Amino acid sequence: MSKISRRKLITTGLATAAGVTGLAAAARLAKQYGLAAPDGGGIYGPGETLNYAAQRVLAKNALAREFPHSMISKAPFANEVAPPNNTFKRLQSHGFADWRLAVDGMIARPASHSLADLKAFPVGRQITEVACEEGWSYIAEWIGTPLAEVLNAAGVLPQARYVVYFSTDSDWWDSLDIDEAMHPQTLLAWGMNDGDLPVPFGGPLRIRVPRQLGYKSVKYITGLTVTDSLKHFGKGLGSASPEGGYAWYAGI
Amino acid sequence: MPTLALFPESGTQLAMDAFSLRKCYSAYLPDAPLLVIRKPPRHAAYVRVTHWITTFAFLALLVSGIEIVISHPRFYWGETGNVLMKPLFQIPIPSSRNTVPTGYRYVLPDQNGWSRYLHFQSAWAAVLAGLVYGIAGFLTGHFGKDLVPRQGDLTWNAVRGVLAKHLRSAHDDDAGSYNVMQRITYLAVIFVLFPLIIWTGLALSPMFNAAVPGAVNVLGGLQSARTLHFFVSLFLLLFVVVHIAMVARAGFRNRTRAMIAGALQAEEHS
Repeated sequence: MSKISRRKLITTGLATAAGVTGLAAAARLAKQYGLAAPDGGGIYGPGETLNYAAQRVLAKNALAREFPHSMISKAPFANEVAPPNNTFKRLQSHGFADWRLAVDGMIARPASHSLADLKAFPVGRQITEVACEEGWSYIAEWIGTPLAEVLNAAGVLPQARYVVYFSTDSDWWDSLDIDEAMHPQTLLAWGMNDGDLPVPFGGPLRIRVPRQLGYKSVKYITGLTVTDSLKHFGKGLGSASPEGGYAWYAGI
Repeated sequence: MPTLALFPESGTQLAMDAFSLRKCYSAYLPDAPLLVIRKPPRHAAYVRVTHWITTFAFLALLVSGIEIVISHPRFYWGETGNVLMKPLFQIPIPSSRNTVPTGYRYVLPDQNGWSRYLHFQSAWAAVLAGLVYGIAGFLTGHFGKDLVPRQGDLTWNAVRGVLAKHLRSAHDDDAGSYNVMQRITYLAVIFVLFPLIIWTGLALSPMFNAAVPGAVNVLGGLQSARTLHFFVSLFLLLFVVVHIAMVARAGFRNRTRAMIAGALQAEEHS
């Protein structure tokens, strides 16, 4: 019996060592090929990185489902938002004429766009579903400026890897990898269902990331920063979500 | 004769072979060492390892799944559903979101952050363990040998016999193999419920649905997939509860030991 136990012990030990070495090698490879999530460090790091890496490998260019007009929800749910601050209220009283989207970071031409500037870009339209991590969802038509248009106009430098976006709520910021930011369906939305984007739904300007859950589509966008590293934003976990316990990658 | 009692079929066969072998060869090789017959393990090593990985993963998936449901205990059918729409049904529990009308005056704390992290990490563990088990199961002939009902067993009479024995509380003869009801149940869990829970779960991922839109469309939409995911998880929970009850009935310590160490402890039966 003791002999079997020893053999088992050695086998188990070797298997564990191989497993740990394999995981370490996989982690290094993941980092090298941009498959590691910025919040991939903690005890839930392996799952988060597997989710993100699987997406990078299998679905990089996949398009979110789009729906016919007839499927647009008659009762879209805006969800609750933090009460608007004074700056927002002041901008709102002027019909958001002074709303600005600042674009900076690793780009050739920093810019500050008004809503009218954004509307001068080619317009993107999509009928996609907003799915909340809680489980509920609705379909709407989103009209806006593809983020790729704004980034291309700004001249993204080759070393850029992420786009960080900020809102009027300093506690609500997030980021996308450069491929998701350049994805044709990623939109800076200023219209919804053939009207202006209503304030409860993020008006005057929200980002729409239809391949990820609702919390990635941050409302009231005021700034974009292109960067090669997320280390110096907040706690370095990629967005405000991991700081609140939620995953940075929200494609699942 | 513990071997005989433990393995009425295979054990007897092995003991006989050993006996006849020794009798034959000892005539030519009088100094031949005694053939040592090791009892076959009740569960192969890969079965035991993947069983326990799946056990812990299921527990984590269950707890985190309940926490996630609490944030929106309403279920819908079709593509979309939210609090402004009529649900198919609502579980009468409080919610961790004040946007959900529950009838309760209080809101539970939000646990979705870690629950979602844990849910997906455990799902990866369960899926990878399931892959190892499935591939090894086919390669070793485990499914055909241990789980596909034997010829002639797939009749109502055989099924009735198993049920009648249970109802009479007749003592199980501790057979070295599974009866027809167990075989059907295990096959259904492995080849129906397990693939279904993965499929309906993946169909909740907007990125997966971008890559494979047919997976969610065939189910009738995102909300249908969520509702089906909930019901399949109930069936899995039902299986686990019955499974534990059966193990307890057959001798919890000994059966659990068998799933850890591989074999039943013979002393208790001799």
